[in-house]
Amino acid sequence: MDKKIEFCNGLKDGIPIALGYFAVSFSFGILAIKGGLSTLAAAITSCTNLTSAGQFAGLQIIIAGGTIAEIILTQFIINLRYALMSLSLTQKLDKSVSLGQRFIIAFGNTDEIFAVAMGHFKDVTFLYMIGLELLPLIGWTGGTVAGAIACDLLPKSVCSALSLALYGMFVAIVVPAAKKSRPVMVVVFMAAVLSCILYYVPFLQFISKGIGIIICTIIAAAIGAILFPVKQPDNETEGKA
Amino acid sequence: MKVYIYILTMALVTYLIRVVPLVLFRNKIENRFVSSFLYYVPYACLTALTLPAIFYSTESVISAIAGLVVAIILGFKGKGLVIVAAAACVTVFVVERLLTLI
Repeated sequence: MDKKIEFCNGLKDGIPIALGYFAVSFSFGILAIKGGLSTLAAAITSCTNLTSAGQFAGLQIIIAGGTIAEIILTQFIINLRYALMSLSLTQKLDKSVSLGQRFIIAFGNTDEIFAVAMGHFKDVTFLYMIGLELLPLIGWTGGTVAGAIACDLLPKSVCSALSLALYGMFVAIVVPAAKKSRPVMVVVFMAAVLSCILYYVPFLQFISKGIGIIICTIIAAAIGAILFPVKQPDNETEGKA
Repeated sequence: MKVYIYILTMALVTYLIRVVPLVLFRNKIENRFVSSFLYYVPYACLTALTLPAIFYSTESVISAIAGLVVAIILGFKGKGLVIVAAAACVTVFVVERLLTLI
């Protein structure tokens, strides 16, 4: 019963992610078809990669007839942030999560799934993570197929509105945490300023989106860690000893 | 066929990036700086992903800002993910319809 609840909680938390993914991957599907990929290839790309920026970049390289080395390097750079997230996620996994289960969880560790997992009120179990990852994977692949099959299935206005779902979720995770903790608010503020600087300052625009996110994350989180070291609630006994 | 090799290569690289840290680090990290750093990573990362990209995610910057403001207010009130995300979407939709009337 408890396991069922864990899984269902995961599923429920995955709904807004799946909706947002549907909108984003819908446009990926359209672009993939325009670039000459088949619907099947587009669908396989989405269900095996499950990453937005990386897929968009990879698609461009495939269309341009780039090399495998180019693909590998681009994916590595754009997706390197997942390594940070996976590292961070290890600290949030429940003790019951086995090694084999980690291999499965890792597949779906996207920006949004990671964010929701980290914002969960307690350590995440394997079943919660599977529930959390399932609908977004379906939404991401389904959106791609829908976009590929019927380029104008959804009116533009609905697509536009749905694209804010992901960001809405980010806000719902960050804002309550920043409200509760001044250090988090400072970190968030620094990350926002840095990100805008990288985006708007002309001579910094050569920095790719993926790298930019890595830079902002590392600097803001490192300054946060230096200024406001976190007391480890899990190791309280150790601190007393 | 070549396309599929490219696609699967992309998938493999992405998976390795995700799986290696998750499998290698099995214990809770004791180092205070590292654990503090990792504690702040999601908030920093999400903020960097959201700003300023959110402004250009919809048909107009105005609707995006409206959606962001609504999301922040509801988030501040402690509303759940689904409600905040849905309200942000509805806001964008409504504002964009209003914009077309002007």
